[in-house]
Amino acid sequence: MSKFEALTGNAAVATAMRQINPDVVAAYPITPQTSTVQTFADFVADGLVDTEFVCVESEHSAMSACVGASAAGARVMTATAANGLALMWEILYIAASNRCPIVMSLVNRALSAPINIHCDHSDVMGIRDSGWLILFSENGQEAYDNLIQAVRIAEHPDVLLPVAICQDGFITSHALERVEIYDDADVRAFVGEYKPQWPLLDLEHPKTYGPLDFYDYYYEHKRQQVEAMEHAQRVILEVAEEFNRKFNRNYGLFEPYRLEDAEVAVIVANSTAGTARVVVDRLRDEGLKVGLLKPRVFRPFPAEELADALSHLKAVAVMDRSISFGAMDNAGPLFLELAAALALHGVQVPMADYVYGLGGRDILPHEIERVYRDALKVAETGRVERRVTYLSVRE
Amino acid sequence: MRRQRRESRVHERYLRHSKKFPNIWCAGCGIGIVLGAIIRAVDGLQLDKDDVAMISGIGCTGRMPVYVDFNTMHTTHGRALAFATGLKMVRPEMKVIVVMGDGDALAIGGNHFIHAARRNIGLTAIVVNNLTYGMTGGQYSPTTPIGALATTAPYGHIEQPFPIAELAVAAGAAFVARSTVYHVRELEKYIARAINVEGFAVVEAVSYCHTTLGRLNRWGTAPEMMRRLKENSVTLKQAESMSEEEKRGKIVRGIFVEQEIPEYTRLYDRIIERAQQRTSLQVETA
Repeated sequence: MSKFEALTGNAAVATAMRQINPDVVAAYPITPQTSTVQTFADFVADGLVDTEFVCVESEHSAMSACVGASAAGARVMTATAANGLALMWEILYIAASNRCPIVMSLVNRALSAPINIHCDHSDVMGIRDSGWLILFSENGQEAYDNLIQAVRIAEHPDVLLPVAICQDGFITSHALERVEIYDDADVRAFVGEYKPQWPLLDLEHPKTYGPLDFYDYYYEHKRQQVEAMEHAQRVILEVAEEFNRKFNRNYGLFEPYRLEDAEVAVIVANSTAGTARVVVDRLRDEGLKVGLLKPRVFRPFPAEELADALSHLKAVAVMDRSISFGAMDNAGPLFLELAAALALHGVQVPMADYVYGLGGRDILPHEIERVYRDALKVAETGRVERRVTYLSVRE
Repeated sequence: MRRQRRESRVHERYLRHSKKFPNIWCAGCGIGIVLGAIIRAVDGLQLDKDDVAMISGIGCTGRMPVYVDFNTMHTTHGRALAFATGLKMVRPEMKVIVVMGDGDALAIGGNHFIHAARRNIGLTAIVVNNLTYGMTGGQYSPTTPIGALATTAPYGHIEQPFPIAELAVAAGAAFVARSTVYHVRELEKYIARAINVEGFAVVEAVSYCHTTLGRLNRWGTAPEMMRRLKENSVTLKQAESMSEEEKRGKIVRGIFVEQEIPEYTRLYDRIIERAQQRTSLQVETA
């Protein structure tokens, strides 16, 4: 039997970690992730899990310990945010290239400088090309559900790649919400036992991870990572299907809301999607044909599926919580990738980008409403007046 | 009374109090005392504010440069000494004060700490040792005592703590001293001496965190923890005549080392000079 609990996003993640009962967790405190690992430390101390809990001296060491443990054949988890993730950067690539199925809870926070502890997505966007799978979560429930699924996705023999599960720093990580917690036994049965294929500690069959690999085979190893990424989308959907059936949920690659008959749509990830949904309902009451698409899977990027889902629209507004500095029009990464996807899949729809909420600046319903009203105007005229708008910034 | 009035004016000259206050530190925290000691030390040395830089990393102590009217830089976790090294190399004439907490200086930045000492670069490193990661909620740090409870050690800590001053001595620093936020005049004196040292100078300012670690361990209120610093510390001289058993758990205060060894930026300038002479010699012979 599942039960409903009042939990913060971080406590929900820690609960999922307790139920998954990983072999090793290595982490370093950083706001706003800290309470996840701290709660988990209690579980370790109280003997509720069998986990080897390693308190390291930096995030660089945290990810290094994770890679070592994972290569040894352990089921490994960690959590971090912002500069912590940035400090892990070197080892993130090594985790992916060594095909270590590590699962990380990433609580999105703005990168320094200036120093800021509040939410934006500049941290995760920095690891777009690292070889990690990246999934977004709107609230504590999704962070909890995604984390459980992530273990299965990461460890699938056709994938064997690390997974980062994102949620918004403070906005959901510290907000107390109603979260359905499934039965411990059900979660354990769902994630199953991890059977590493090539554990370092199998002394009968010695192996090596990550040795010198020049122009002879390095390229082939990268090509294999591509193959794993190609498999990942199918595996994510298979795992979601099983999860949905078992726990009565509805996960896919993304979540459309009132999109079917919509003329314009906003694309926005994580917690802001919740605010946007309210705006959609309000505008629908006025008779306006508006919809919403909330991305769940960002890596691998489901280009074709997104293009299909958006092909009937007259205007698309993307909302980005980070900037890809110096990229086309200094737009956000979500916009850039989506624009490329639609163009390559033959979907001709006017698009605009709205950068918002950097460094935790609040985003309010009336601001999202403005985005919709802009998009409705674009739908009418067929012309985008301004490609990139920075919402509620002093200029 | 008169002295107190003068001091309040001293602080006002050095603080960005009209712009950045109130500060983020908990009421009763020792970090403000260290900041006060630094300001009085700088004032006593009659340094021009523009010739002083204060660099910090991340954490409660990391907030310090925000409040002072020096040249300031608030950098990333553990890297304050690395940023400061860059600054000192370019502006060796500047007085560069690096303020760090124990987690910042000894865990994530431990590597920079020992190598700055080994290299003997002219920085003043002030480590506020509150025995924990205070800002993130009382996780154990490299100086948390064995047996103490921490949020990441709910049944007691089992790792050995780093003695910061002794570590700095072993790593080769030119000047190393330790005092506490109770012994504030002594602390101020050590900081002033450290700033004047040519070479890497370390002042460990033992403080406390009544909000996280203190509460977890029932060490009492801020004044009670302050009293413990008073009662539980001995001078180096007193320590000399004490047995190992008697010294256990005591905070030993004093100047641990003060030596004249060549400072890094000076050596660096000398090597440039030598290399240039050699090239000009070669040009002449050619």
